[in-house]
Amino acid sequence: MAAVPASQSRAFAFRQLRFWLVNYRRTWRGSIYSSVLSPVLYLGAMGLGLGKLVDQHGTASLGGVSYLAFLAPGLLAAGAMQTAMGESTYPILGSVKWLKTYQAAIASPLRPVDLFRGHLLFSTLRLVMNSVVFLIVMAAFGAIKSPWAIVSLPAAVLTGLAFAVPIEAYAITREKDGSFALLFRFGVIPLFLFSGTFFPVTQLPAVIRPLAYITPLWHGVALCRSLTLGTAQLLPSIGHTCYLLAVTALGVYAGNLTYRRRLYA
Amino acid sequence: MADDVLIRARGLTKRFGDFTAVDGIDFELSRGEVFGFLGPNGAGKSSTMRMIGCVSPPSGGELTILGMDPAKNGPAIRARLGVVPQEDTLDVELTVRENLLIYGRYFGLRRDVIADRTAKLLDFVQLSERAGDQVEPLSGGMKRRLTIARSLISEPEILLLDEPTTGLDPQARHVVWDRLYRLKQQGVTLVLTTHYMDEAEQLCDRLVVMDGGKIAAEGSPRELIATYSTPEVLELRFTLDEQEHAPDKLADVPVARLEVLADRILLYTDDGDEALTAVRRRGLQPTTSLVRRSTLEDVFLRLTGRRLED
Repeated sequence: MAAVPASQSRAFAFRQLRFWLVNYRRTWRGSIYSSVLSPVLYLGAMGLGLGKLVDQHGTASLGGVSYLAFLAPGLLAAGAMQTAMGESTYPILGSVKWLKTYQAAIASPLRPVDLFRGHLLFSTLRLVMNSVVFLIVMAAFGAIKSPWAIVSLPAAVLTGLAFAVPIEAYAITREKDGSFALLFRFGVIPLFLFSGTFFPVTQLPAVIRPLAYITPLWHGVALCRSLTLGTAQLLPSIGHTCYLLAVTALGVYAGNLTYRRRLYA
Repeated sequence: MADDVLIRARGLTKRFGDFTAVDGIDFELSRGEVFGFLGPNGAGKSSTMRMIGCVSPPSGGELTILGMDPAKNGPAIRARLGVVPQEDTLDVELTVRENLLIYGRYFGLRRDVIADRTAKLLDFVQLSERAGDQVEPLSGGMKRRLTIARSLISEPEILLLDEPTTGLDPQARHVVWDRLYRLKQQGVTLVLTTHYMDEAEQLCDRLVVMDGGKIAAEGSPRELIATYSTPEVLELRFTLDEQEHAPDKLADVPVARLEVLADRILLYTDDGDEALTAVRRRGLQPTTSLVRRSTLEDVFLRLTGRRLED
């Protein structure tokens, strides 16, 4: 129905990306500090500090690697989830509800789907930035054990997108930010703690283990960890990737609908 | 010439669930004219504007804009429209200039073209000195003028203004009117909604009076007044006791029509002074009396039995 050729569609999404980049110019310094500081603090306190205690008791259940090497890729994936959460909640609600910059944008040739894609491009960029920084800090801590770690960059970005896309599709439907607090409390924090970031999921009681397996974060953590440790196997890696891609694709489908419904009343 | 009809609506309808916001309206807009939708809040003006702006699919009827169908060619139509929404949608965290830059980029304009137009437009809306300032602290009138400048960055063929001066103080309103009047002089086609009859009278070549999602009347301000009102109106105010009985006593005063409002009585007549003499001759002592010319407010009152600004 829509008479917009693909090349035009791409251009529209990039115009919206530029909007976010112009906005980001004002805040990028602060965001760089936190994206460097947070891995340094986490890897220092938990990887080195707590890791010393863990390592004294033997690390057979971690696959025989140091706690730092075990933890770091988990935090890489979990950090991507948190970046995704930050980028796709308040900024979206703000654009449609508080600043109404989305309403301004759809009066131009841009369509709701272009705004959706434009922000996803921006989220992807932020995920790449934060993950690159995290990997550099990891390397500085000596937590990278394999050249395959380079592939953990796209793996971490994909993990982030598996959260960013569906959450953004959801955020555009909201009227108030109260639901984001619930999402943090009952979504992000439990996932952060129980998806294999800090300890293997096998330590969980058998009954709740399947719960961990269906969360995208567990797949992201497992994938990133196998890559930075150099233990990746083909089939499980494909499985994790497909799962994360499927969740992302569902989010894209949902977001196309929710964006249009919200902005084209 | 058929080519000069820029917007054509037939039976245009917008429903939200069970509620019908726009109920089968017909209108046409020609190139170069200033066309207005006059009506109270909730009359369906904004819903109509959003449909014209191609951000709200019609629930029924036909709508053709610049010869195209909004359902199929939304982006192509919007590329040729400028929109000043009712609520400011400026990015208050950015500067004045950045707002125009972002918006120009939405339309795919080159950076140098945008810079060139930005200078001219900021001059036009008298905001040149604020170009590098953040938008947040600007006054309501300045923000409104910036929104108008932003809507012109793409040099639109049709400019849509939804309640362009609502919420502004009288002085800021006059500045906006002055700028819109200049645009009109330059031959820009304007479509505006308003619930201010003075705004409609000053700016519109032609307007429709909307009420309850329907068009109650159409014409130029002068035609509408000539058709639906008398040349003059006598406004009488009485003390509270007298106000109650005054309408009975005024019943045989020879006027075209008599309207009893909560706080005053309006007598529609060709000659207000003559009517006032007749009122006094009946021994009535209004606390104040005023003879004035008919306005669109009187047209609206006549058509709907209600006042515009409530």
